[in-house]
Amino acid sequence: MTVVPEKLPPVLEVEGLCIAYRDGQVERRAVHDVSFRIGPGEVVALVGESGSGKTTTAQSIIGLLAANGRIESGNIRLNGTDIAGWSDRRLDTVRGAKISLVPQDPGSSLNPVKTIGAQLGEIFRIHRALRPDEIDARVVSLLGRVGLSEPELRARQFPHELSGGMRQRVLIAVAIALKPQLIIADEPTSALDVTVQKRILDLIDELRTEYGTSVLLVTHDLGVAADRADRIVVLQRGRVQEQGAASVVLASPRSPYTRQLISDAPSFADPSARPPRVKLPGATEASDKIVVVENLVREFARAGAGGRFCAVNDLSFSVRRGTTHAIVGESGSGKTTTIRSIVGFDRPTTGRIEVDGSEISRLSGEDLRQFRRKIQLVYQNPYGSLDPRQSVLQIVTEPLSNFSRLARSDREEKARAILARVGLPEDALARRPHALSGGQRQRVAIARALVVDPQVVVLDEAVSALDVTVQARILDLLAELQSDLGLTYLFVSHDLAVVRQIADSISVLKDGRLVEGGRVAEVFDAPQSEYTRDLINAIPGRARRAAA
Amino acid sequence: MTAFDTFHSDIGAEARREGNRRSAAISRLRHLPKGLVLAWLVLAAALLFAIAPSLFTGHNPLEGVGGHQLKQPSAAHLLGTDALGRDLYARIVYGAAQSLTGAFVAVGLGLVVGTGLGVIAGSVRPRFDDAIMRIVDVLLSIPPLLLSLSIIILLGFGTVNAAIAVGVTSVAGFARLARAEVVRVRRSDYVEAAFGSGGTFASVLWRHVLPNSLTSVLAFASLQFGSAVLQISTLGFLGYGAPPPTPEWGLLIAEGRNYISTAWWLTTAPGVVVVLVVLAANRVSQSFGKASA
Amino acid sequence: MSGYLLSRVAQALFVLWAAFTISFVLLQAMPGDAILIKFQNPDLGLTAAQVAEIRASYAVDSSVPMQYARTLGNFLSGNYGYSVQAGVPVGSLLAAHLPATLKLATLGFLLATVLALLVAFLSSLTRFSWLRGALQSLPSLFISIPTFWLGIMLIQIFSFRLKLVPVINPGPWQELILPVLTLAVPISAPLAQVLVRNIDDAMTRPFVAVARAKGASRFWVLSRHVAKNALLPTLTIAGVLLGELIAGAVVTETVFGLNGIGGLTERAVGSQDAAVLQAIVVFSALAFVIINLAVDLLYPVLDPRLRTKAGAAA
Repeated sequence: MTVVPEKLPPVLEVEGLCIAYRDGQVERRAVHDVSFRIGPGEVVALVGESGSGKTTTAQSIIGLLAANGRIESGNIRLNGTDIAGWSDRRLDTVRGAKISLVPQDPGSSLNPVKTIGAQLGEIFRIHRALRPDEIDARVVSLLGRVGLSEPELRARQFPHELSGGMRQRVLIAVAIALKPQLIIADEPTSALDVTVQKRILDLIDELRTEYGTSVLLVTHDLGVAADRADRIVVLQRGRVQEQGAASVVLASPRSPYTRQLISDAPSFADPSARPPRVKLPGATEASDKIVVVENLVREFARAGAGGRFCAVNDLSFSVRRGTTHAIVGESGSGKTTTIRSIVGFDRPTTGRIEVDGSEISRLSGEDLRQFRRKIQLVYQNPYGSLDPRQSVLQIVTEPLSNFSRLARSDREEKARAILARVGLPEDALARRPHALSGGQRQRVAIARALVVDPQVVVLDEAVSALDVTVQARILDLLAELQSDLGLTYLFVSHDLAVVRQIADSISVLKDGRLVEGGRVAEVFDAPQSEYTRDLINAIPGRARRAAA
Repeated sequence: MTAFDTFHSDIGAEARREGNRRSAAISRLRHLPKGLVLAWLVLAAALLFAIAPSLFTGHNPLEGVGGHQLKQPSAAHLLGTDALGRDLYARIVYGAAQSLTGAFVAVGLGLVVGTGLGVIAGSVRPRFDDAIMRIVDVLLSIPPLLLSLSIIILLGFGTVNAAIAVGVTSVAGFARLARAEVVRVRRSDYVEAAFGSGGTFASVLWRHVLPNSLTSVLAFASLQFGSAVLQISTLGFLGYGAPPPTPEWGLLIAEGRNYISTAWWLTTAPGVVVVLVVLAANRVSQSFGKASA
Repeated sequence: MSGYLLSRVAQALFVLWAAFTISFVLLQAMPGDAILIKFQNPDLGLTAAQVAEIRASYAVDSSVPMQYARTLGNFLSGNYGYSVQAGVPVGSLLAAHLPATLKLATLGFLLATVLALLVAFLSSLTRFSWLRGALQSLPSLFISIPTFWLGIMLIQIFSFRLKLVPVINPGPWQELILPVLTLAVPISAPLAQVLVRNIDDAMTRPFVAVARAKGASRFWVLSRHVAKNALLPTLTIAGVLLGELIAGAVVTETVFGLNGIGGLTERAVGSQDAAVLQAIVVFSALAFVIINLAVDLLYPVLDPRLRTKAGAAA
């Protein structure tokens, strides 16, 4: 981090920016009177939850608002020149050359039918920055600069032949190609695995120092902002809540919203502050194990190429009743396959899974159906796991009509009780899922799981898609339900900060194998494997934790 | 975090949403697209023509008036008369019954048979699925018009036969769409969740898969309605549909062809009517598609 | 790859065989009988015995499975039967009528493609929303016009009102102007609709925003990024377009009195000349199967994502 004297003229000055979106006949303002400045070589983080207007603000700076968006008033001054009212054609000379963009999702941000080299070389052609015969050499050197191995090969490859992290490196190469004064990084790592995230952010930092470029970092993650930014601008519902030097904002936040964000961010949470678990009375250590997985193997036939690949390889762990066990790993680690076997949606190739005394890999038909009462799954995506045509009440009563012989009115009464328990207001019961917020939908999904009185609830990245403040409320609810109902949770997550906050024990998976397992406190304090250490080091917000 | 920053937050969302919904309902009524209103009006008029033609015209569609042959459009004959002195407007009004019944029969056939096949293919074991979809592939490999013509050779000419011939050509389309929709819905998390909360195959199919997959099938059916009107009029024009003197729209145009240089209205008017009805059906279908998306 | 090729060819052959069987069931095993229609006419003065003899010579009275086996064998050896109405082999009938249709269909398809590309690209490039709206509503209008009526209207306007295209003794190219236009309009409609949709889809993909962020103009993005992504999936409707082309040819040739396969089809249906119609159906199915096979095999070559399956680094 660099400390920039305030006297230098700013690279970018945003003043009184108001942006509205046209929705049919009405215009809705999404950004209200936003002002901030970015000095040369400075990193400014625009922090906010969904709907805060952070992406809209970033898009307006580079002149790429959605077609129904419009700058109502305000100035965007680049080196003192107001570009807010510029035509598309005039902005074309600025984009790429003076301001560039590192996008959110590297998966879809590269043209699938053009080679990497063509897409990187294109920026020199558009701005006629190099002679055509110089372009290829520059492309290769840039690809090497952003840390890609075999850059000559990469230039000839297509995007689908590269991993997500490699693609993001290519997009960073595009962004720095013409040494712009400002790079807008719009959630540059939210689609990547944690360990890759850290490396990408390190790369951006390194290039920024090398070229002296300013960075506008758009992020929902206060931890990332704390680690990387010189200054922080906190946005909520299109308004600036607070801005200032990162250390000051984090150490002594002035606005209540910032305080809320800081206290809800799992990466800032103090692990020692967690309330101690209440031991369930009368349970002995041996009978205590409600989920036992032994030597689980799941192989899949490889599509096309033939042969088999092992999604889960010889995995064993067990979970004590009334506790939370976390299964942690990056994409492709086999965590999803594992839990699908445990809830009985997928049959393991070999191995044993026992839930509350029944060995489930042997169950089928009616036995399997009855078994499902014991273990329920809450999905990652609350938008996809609720039938869009059912009302909330229908969704929650449905499991009861599958299992119990209760009368219709009794079923509804029970569903209402559980919906009230998860904190859904009475008037939401008649609504369809699309009329609910993300957090409310996830509450409905939890209610549906709990209505059949299960012993075990499997939470598959159940809070990953939610905003931090919403996430914190759902995590509170889960903890409350656990202590009231004596539930056992299997908590699948890629987010170690959340895991440290709520889990008792943990299994770390990599490439289908168990890398490390045990009590959370022990694993975090003294990780045995290199991989676990990498994961823990990748949790953002270290700067603040170290300071605290 | 998308391009269109949406406003959810757990707490205040409801109140805002409620307000939004109410004002959206009002503005939807006020700003109902004019084209869509017009489309519904055209379809309603055509339907009324078909149900109660005598309300709209006093002329006899089958018998001409002597001395009134090939008259230009006028107050007495809104769209003029044909070579036998028959009122063209009356013939178009009475023809609606032919064209619309035909289109209903055709779409009904495709909808029932095609959707049935598609739903079965999408819900059963892969082997049956493959078998059904191969049959659908074969149906698709024969150009629709040639398939209808082959069926007409088998069944003979006539309104109903033409409608059946058109209906058979849409079976494959319905089957494909219905299968794709069923497969899409079956892959969704909420269907798996329904099994996870103890649903049986039949209950999940009935409660979740069918309701969610049939919306777009219905939108497709209304699109097919316009296309069926077109195809039936084409068969009528070629002379394979209703026999003369039945006032079928395609046949009207065929009959008017002989007077193309002297009586332009005989070919122009029925064609315009066909275009309007098909455009209207397509516009309405489009609005269904949007509502279900 | 060769395994895929083999299974794809086998599938194509199956479809072809099944199409032949369906057309045989519909056409040859039918109760209506072209021979009776032609020879029972009292004006010919044939006795019942003579009609029976003719029927025997066409072998229509043998059992259906026998007929099926013989017809299939004949088709495989290039003998498509005799046209009862014209009294000549179907093969030579098709050969005589094919050139006119090929000329019409090729020109019609080319014009349709040009029309569709113009509509799709102009509508996504224009800055005026009224022009965009007008251009994008053209396909839905085109798709709603009965082809035969369009032909008649064009004759009425251009030949009779404006007298631009002569009706009597037109030149060989003049003769084709209106039919090609008539055929092109209904073909261009689905093509333009698919193109417009694909371009709109591609335009909202994040890589377009990234290209714009490099400083590329709208035209640059459309021509170098969106075009290929939008044109590729259009290939998949090639089979549907063939069906439209054949239907269009039947109607257009009937309206304009052209002597091609379309006109032949129309006359064959009128006289229930099943052998002719079956040959046309089977050849159309063959064309459909070949086109779809070509698209399936070509697609992986054009789309790099399907070219290499292995090699994607994790």
